[in-house]
Amino acid sequence: MTSADLTKPARRAHMLSMGKRRAIAGVMVVLGSTLAGGCVTVNAPAEPIVIELNVNITQEVVYRLADDVRQNIDENPEIF
Amino acid sequence: MAMNRILARTLLGGLAIAGLALSAPAAAQRDPAYQSARAAGQIGEKMDGYLGVVGSQSASVEKIASDINIRRRENYAQKAQEQGVTLQEYAITQGCILIARTASGEKYQAPDGSWQTRGSGPPQLHSRCPSS
Repeated sequence: MTSADLTKPARRAHMLSMGKRRAIAGVMVVLGSTLAGGCVTVNAPAEPIVIELNVNITQEVVYRLADDVRQNIDENPEIF
Repeated sequence: MAMNRILARTLLGGLAIAGLALSAPAAAQRDPAYQSARAAGQIGEKMDGYLGVVGSQSASVEKIASDINIRRRENYAQKAQEQGVTLQEYAITQGCILIARTASGEKYQAPDGSWQTRGSGPPQLHSRCPSS
């Protein structure tokens, strides 16, 4: 045990650096506005959301599936 | 009761085998009302793999198309999953082949979106589609 541990350390000359004070102030502003704002309500539109995707199906996919699709017609003739 | 069920299953199985053995053209297996609506050009094959009603038609014709489309969608969803592709990819490929197989006098959707009547020659297919 050293003698330094027994003595009461002196208070720091400056409480906090400028940067730290700014950071704390920033956190408090954010916290305050969040609490004041309360809940954010989002209203869903009445009509369904339709996402129009550009149909870009490659020939490669079509050719790969072609045999299965032909077989599907033979297996389920009543729906084709 | 159990016997009846077994009998029904056997019969169904027999029918399925008979169906495969015959492998008659699709036209022979279609519901007569659906077949006649196709032949009359009231219902046509679209590029997206579903049936479309050509112009304005009776409620019964509309129902034939929508009923089959529901069943097609179910079928496409299952097949797409089996093949590891999207429902739309499967459906569009099905559309290619269904348009290629339309009979003379039936309606189909051309690449520009218009309804065309299938003549004796090949149909107008989208560039991604195989010729048959």
